[in-house]
Amino acid sequence: MIIETKQLQLYYGKFQALKDVDLTIPEKSITAFIGPSGCGKSTLLRTLNRMNDTIPGVRIEGEVVIQDRNIYDGETEVEFLRKRVGMVFQQPNPFPKTIYDNVAYGPRLHGTTKKSELDAIVEKSLRSASLWHEVKDVLKKSAWSLSGGQQQRLCIARALAVEPDILLMDESTSALDPISTTKIEELTRELKKSYTIVMVTHNMHQAARISDRTVFFLNGEVVESADTEQLFRAPRDQRTEDYISGRFG
Amino acid sequence: MKAKSVDRIMTGVIVGIGFLIIALLAALLGYLLIRGVGHISWHFLTSAPESIRSGGGIGPQLFNSLFLLVLTMIITVPLGLGAGIYMSEYAKQNRLTAFIRLIVEVLSSFPSIVVGLFGLLVIVNRFGLGLSLMSGALALTVFNLPLMVRITEQALRAVPREQKEAGLALGLSRWRTITTVMLPISLPAIVTGTILAAGRVFGEAAALLFTAGMSSPRLDFSDWNPLHHTSPLNPFRPAETLAVHIWKVNSEGLAPDAAQIAAGASAVLVITVLLFNLGARWLGRALYRKLTAGR
Ligand SMILES: Nc1ncnc2c1ncn2[C@@H]1O[C@H](COP(=O)(O)OP(=O)(O)OP(=O)(O)O)[C@@H](O)[C@H]1O
Ligand SMILES: [Mg+2]
Repeated sequence: MIIETKQLQLYYGKFQALKDVDLTIPEKSITAFIGPSGCGKSTLLRTLNRMNDTIPGVRIEGEVVIQDRNIYDGETEVEFLRKRVGMVFQQPNPFPKTIYDNVAYGPRLHGTTKKSELDAIVEKSLRSASLWHEVKDVLKKSAWSLSGGQQQRLCIARALAVEPDILLMDESTSALDPISTTKIEELTRELKKSYTIVMVTHNMHQAARISDRTVFFLNGEVVESADTEQLFRAPRDQRTEDYISGRFG
Repeated sequence: MKAKSVDRIMTGVIVGIGFLIIALLAALLGYLLIRGVGHISWHFLTSAPESIRSGGGIGPQLFNSLFLLVLTMIITVPLGLGAGIYMSEYAKQNRLTAFIRLIVEVLSSFPSIVVGLFGLLVIVNRFGLGLSLMSGALALTVFNLPLMVRITEQALRAVPREQKEAGLALGLSRWRTITTVMLPISLPAIVTGTILAAGRVFGEAAALLFTAGMSSPRLDFSDWNPLHHTSPLNPFRPAETLAVHIWKVNSEGLAPDAAQIAAGASAVLVITVLLFNLGARWLGRALYRKLTAGR
């Protein structure tokens, strides 16, 4: 178990967005969070790399244990945590820099300066994000000149370049066309061999297609957490069944 | 039907007002330029003014204005950037910061003659800096600094949240994210705003009457040691700027060509400020393009 949450509560001011979340997420697998809009999927995802720290008025109780450390113990350095827990967002958000500089950006600021080392990291990361063949001749071009799907894979490469163990993806294909979506799905399946992936998706079919485990949320609570195959075939909770059969949400 | 015709009338009124303003502005600019441009020559721009004879120039005043601008910017840009970054990224959003923001707004819109008197009482007399470029620069700081703070703060706030989060998510510290992700993105807006603010500094007169003074010592343009009394670069000498010079020539000039000199100097001032504005736009756009395109 690489990630474990224990009695996690999160409040935005007075509003409680997460209630008693107890979850375990296994290593080197894909876990998908599903549930209707506003049920707290993004909120939970963003507690895993403490991205919620940047929002004023957020209060968190309980524990999030990653690799045997409670990341809310007051001693964990967020910078160090976020290096290990990378994140890919809903909208592709490459920096307004060259393709090369986007990928080299993290390693550079974390202290790698040698050109040859950076070159190697950039190539490795772009290969891992299956983008290398498309961009290897235009590395000096602006990242914003790429298509949306390419930009999103570039963002994955950028995240991989700082060598995380865990990759968080918040609806990372929802802004993309079907072909780009398929590419990224294939890519995630490949990546789970070396990374633990936690993804939020609005698309149940996507969850069913690529995830190993699925967690169903409702109103900030975990309703059901199970192997994907089992959750979709024989859900234990009536609400899960209603949701996956499209009766609400 | 009725709403539609009201809509049409109001649109007409607004367009009319717009045109009126543009026409007024064009007339004003045209008048200033037509009267003054004929008097501008290389000699006029580079030679010293004459007090009684005709044929004087505005060389030292032009230099003083530029030098004062540079001094003011050296003071306000770093402070303004720092405070703007603090206000937008670090300060908690509470009553205190709202109050600070209010003060900043009020300061930047203070009547400049009041700032000038404040400068005379506090900077010139109390701090003993005398009538000098430094006093002038500090007085200009009073309303230029708030402007710089606001420009920086707004530029940083305009940076898309996703960009900031992308930096943070890579494990960069907040400071690194600000300096390496957010500042480059907001640079076009900051540069444009700074140059526009510089235009105001350049044309300012009232705040300088009692701080930078209404006269210059005789300047020796071959002596660039800032410590020497007659050196143009000495920041502790009195310095009459172009805008102040226009005011003075107009109100008490004795030279027979005083009116032409004032007109010529006004035209120079207006052209310079126009160039600042155009330059700001151009530079802002060029920076934005460079930022969003590959190298
Ligand atoms: N910054 C915030 N301040 C206050 N409330 C918030 C904030 N962010 C989210 N919320 C609230 O917390 C709840 C959970 O939001 P969250 O974004 O986690 O939902 P989600 O499951 O990701 O939804 P979606 O599928 O629409 O992305 C919602 O009710 C939302 O209104
Ligand atoms: Mg969400």
